[in-house]
Amino acid sequence: MPTIHFIQADGSRRELETPEGASVMQVATGAGLQGIVGECGGSAMCATCHVYVDDAWAGQLPAPLSNELEMLECTASERLPTSRLSCQIKMTAALDGIVLRLPATQQ
Amino acid sequence: MNETATLPELDFDPYASENLLDPYPMHEAVREAGPVVKLRPYPTLVACGRHEQVHAVLNDHANFISGAGVGLANFNLETPFRPKSLILEADPPLHTQTRTVLSRILSPKAVMQIRATFAAVADQMVERCVEEGDICGIHDLAQIYPLKVFPDAVGVEEDGRENLLIYGDLIFNSMGPHNALLAKAAERMGPVTEWIMAHCQREHLRPGGFGDQIYQAADAGEISHEQAPLLVRSFLSAGVDTTINGLGNALYALAQHAEQYAKLHADPALARPAFEEALRWESTAQTFFRTAARDTEITGVPVLENTKVLCLLASANRDPRKWPEPDRYDIERRPSGHMAFGSGIHGCVGQAVARLEGEVVLTALAKRVKRIEITGPHTRRLNNTLRALETLPLRLIPA
Repeated sequence: MPTIHFIQADGSRRELETPEGASVMQVATGAGLQGIVGECGGSAMCATCHVYVDDAWAGQLPAPLSNELEMLECTASERLPTSRLSCQIKMTAALDGIVLRLPATQQ
Repeated sequence: MNETATLPELDFDPYASENLLDPYPMHEAVREAGPVVKLRPYPTLVACGRHEQVHAVLNDHANFISGAGVGLANFNLETPFRPKSLILEADPPLHTQTRTVLSRILSPKAVMQIRATFAAVADQMVERCVEEGDICGIHDLAQIYPLKVFPDAVGVEEDGRENLLIYGDLIFNSMGPHNALLAKAAERMGPVTEWIMAHCQREHLRPGGFGDQIYQAADAGEISHEQAPLLVRSFLSAGVDTTINGLGNALYALAQHAEQYAKLHADPALARPAFEEALRWESTAQTFFRTAARDTEITGVPVLENTKVLCLLASANRDPRKWPEPDRYDIERRPSGHMAFGSGIHGCVGQAVARLEGEVVLTALAKRVKRIEITGPHTRRLNNTLRALETLPLRLIPA
């Protein structure tokens, strides 16, 4: 199973194994990870599952769709070029080892 | 193809009074009978009660369409009673176009702009309730709050707003069968339709409000000027009755669970999760339908073209396969993934506003009220789609 490396705003780290096809947000909220809220449940409607994708991985994700881009303008923490909504990142074997940084706040 | 004949069949009528009053035994029976079931009183539909299947149907908008209606009626076979909604009862690419406009107007960023106003009104209304002490949780708070703040934000004048309640009651009843509830709701309509459509016109909408912003999108060419009033209508039909009952159900949940209210009072920052959990535990919108666009399947179960698919949202929200101790109202639960707002491309476009309303009202209560006591039996307002209270007698004990 692919692994995701989360780095909290305070620098603490946590790794989670994921089934393929699950979204990063689903995996994170399912495991009770602090720092990802996922209020809308994955409909790209709330911008509370915001993550910063590590530079080394940013280019490996499919480009965001228009609804995600629109919602990225609504993040509570600063939007960076590597900002994504984790509900829109579907885990695949190719993403095994991906590093995601969490913003200081989601709301 | 005749595969649907092998599905489990149950005798439940989701629209019978006993099931509207207490849907949970029916939900459990549907969930336990199988992932997809048939209901004998409605042979043209299949029903899903488990979270996995409800989620799967709502997230497969190519196979399970909304354009043939999201209630029991199949618009491929019968004429809708009103011009079809351009967002609720539409599919891509039309839906994408209208949804883009509405989701921008109602985005979390836009909601930040109305937050202070919504919070101030919540504080005032809760303060008045605390002074009264003995209140009806529905008439004195859950109903008047959304009826004030949301039409204000849309830009609708104060006079005649009770028409929005009559209209909402009809719209959500119309998604069920032609039963006595629908007949009674239709009787009350009278001149209400005319009032609603008049208030969808630009000259009746305050410049800068959500309604006027729809017309600005039409000015910009994103949608047509003919589409604009029907999109304003979506605000008026979907934005009031839903939040009224969301708030009413949250008050009910907190009044029934004194220990949960005590936690909220001790930490008002729990207001938002307390509202969210109430949406899961007692879902306002109980049901929505889709229609199979072709012979397809739901998690491997074959479904024939043109079959109506009943998604029991409230049942999915208490599915033990998804939620530990699903019948427990627990404000510290993280209920992300509940189906109360639907899911997928038709997920409630106003959910950021709804959450704001829930959060600010419960925050005001948490700060001003030490305890909520139930002072008498509550009564229900039966509706074919909504879980609604008519009365909720409460005593607020000030902090």
